[in-house]
Amino acid sequence: MSLELKNVEKKVGIDTHIYPTNLKLEKNTINVLLGSTLAGKTTLMQIMAGLDKPTSGEIWFNEKNVTGMKVQKRNCSMVYQQFINYPNYTVYENIASPLAITGIKEDEIKQRVGKVAELLKLSAMLNKKPNELSGGQQQRTALARALVKDSDLILLDEPLANLDFKLREELREELPKLFEDRDCIVVYATTEPSDALMIGGNTATILEGKVIQYGKTLEVYNKPENLISAKVFSDPPMNIAEITKSGDNCKFTDNNVQWKPSVKIKDGTYKIGIRPHNITTYKEGNNSVEIDGKVQISELSGSESLIHFTNGNLNWVSLSNGTQQKNVGENTKLYMNTDEFLYFDQNNRLVKNG
Amino acid sequence: MNKTINQKAWYFVIPVFVLVAFNAAIPLMTVVNYSFQETFGNNVFAWEGTRWFKQILLSERFHAALGRQFAFTFIILLIQIPLGIGIALTMPKKGWGVPVCLILMSMPLLIPWNVVGAMWNIFALPDIGFLGHTLNSVGFDYNFTQQPGDAWFTTILMDVWHWTSLVVLLSYAGLNSIQPAYYQAAEIDGASRWATFRYIELPKMKKVLTLAILLRFMDSFMIYTEPFVLTGGGPGNTTAFLSIDLVKMALGQFDLGPAAAMSLIYFFIVLLVCWVFYNLMMKNEAQS
Repeated sequence: MSLELKNVEKKVGIDTHIYPTNLKLEKNTINVLLGSTLAGKTTLMQIMAGLDKPTSGEIWFNEKNVTGMKVQKRNCSMVYQQFINYPNYTVYENIASPLAITGIKEDEIKQRVGKVAELLKLSAMLNKKPNELSGGQQQRTALARALVKDSDLILLDEPLANLDFKLREELREELPKLFEDRDCIVVYATTEPSDALMIGGNTATILEGKVIQYGKTLEVYNKPENLISAKVFSDPPMNIAEITKSGDNCKFTDNNVQWKPSVKIKDGTYKIGIRPHNITTYKEGNNSVEIDGKVQISELSGSESLIHFTNGNLNWVSLSNGTQQKNVGENTKLYMNTDEFLYFDQNNRLVKNG
Repeated sequence: MNKTINQKAWYFVIPVFVLVAFNAAIPLMTVVNYSFQETFGNNVFAWEGTRWFKQILLSERFHAALGRQFAFTFIILLIQIPLGIGIALTMPKKGWGVPVCLILMSMPLLIPWNVVGAMWNIFALPDIGFLGHTLNSVGFDYNFTQQPGDAWFTTILMDVWHWTSLVVLLSYAGLNSIQPAYYQAAEIDGASRWATFRYIELPKMKKVLTLAILLRFMDSFMIYTEPFVLTGGGPGNTTAFLSIDLVKMALGQFDLGPAAAMSLIYFFIVLLVCWVFYNLMMKNEAQS
């Protein structure tokens, strides 16, 4: 089983929503579409589902061309950011709705709904109506509806975006497990890099209607093909600066901080990408270098501290563990873990070893 | 902490109190006053107790008018609500068609009620009116000024023309507030058009439809101007709905006592039906 997009393009009027895209999703994989709002994630999913037709290009499912085939014939299910359930159906009827239409016997429906309800912890509320449930439970109901059908393709369009923090964390942990033993392709759209890392599987980074990179999630994260992919897959935003390499050492163009690069690169000028968590208020790794910073903003996010600082023309973000209190305007020392630096050439491509 | 008691704020209520007194309470109390007394010229009154109320409640004339009123309201609701929903469903959701449809739809609502009556009167005249003349020329014996059936047909047609738009606009607003994801989800489920309507659109439109039915009930139950101009309650009394009958009694016959009693009964019926209706709807709402 596989889903393949061949040169799929979507134009609406003079706007291009999706640039020609090639993507092959394999059986039993979870695939994250990672990109900001309006990047084209939803459009891509609707094309995959058959809710929307590509302007040009083809969609192949199981080595069969399904371009233009109606969604009803595709055996796929979808969960949305909004909690979509039939308002005057009970939870049971809601979960059973995709089965009822196919004409499966009552006994089997009952058994399958029961099983999915248990999996999603809905057994106790099968007789309630959706608006009597909390947001998390409503979304669980929608998820159950998607799972009960044994679809070949399950599309999740930012399913956690409308949930509060705790429910989101909880459901996010459960999600990958739900799909573990299923014979299907899962596509998960999100704006949050942390979602992608948590879910694992494969990730496609998307920017303005273009799929930038597709591969194993950790690979995409650790070895972004180019600067754009690295930027999409970084939250808080990646710190970027220009550097020059000569001899053994690298040096920022804007200041005198020097270090020995961890990858072999030729002499010349490069762009460097540093993820915020590789700049910390404490030393990390064996090859950390010190940088002076003037604190602009200091904020706490859970058990982490974000410090926005400037150094000359550089305007950077650092992310440290624990609660690090800094005063605005204070001069402070920060440490960069040079092992984790990403080097990009003048064409914004990642420079690899050798 | 001790609460300071300061009753001076009540003074601020005085203007509203005076306003309400003048535009509601005082006229209403005048009617109440009339309803319990026999009124003679020169402001001479004689106490009659509940006599007028009994008389009205037992009079065949009132029963007939009330019956006509309920029949009329029931028929127009039966036509306007489904028709309004139907039109709303077929209206475009985006593009240039939206403003065009909305303007066309609001047009009838903007026409003064007596103009609507006059328009339809001329439109339906059997000899020169477009509708009346056409109907007669294709073989129907149509004359709304002489045949009760035709008078009813014309009155209902006029009301449907005048007020269906309101139901359309409310339904359209209700439909537009449904997120597209609902339709997609139904499509993925393989739901039929009817199932989508029955299980997504109708439940989602429930609140606006409640409002539409309530508004249409009240307005049609108190209808006066249009049938007054169109048929004047005729032929005979066949289209004399409650309000027309009431005006005949109050200003035609100058039976102030019975007319006052009748208007109070009329008022309580409207109030009662609205209350019952609203409670039924809201009870349903709480359940779902």
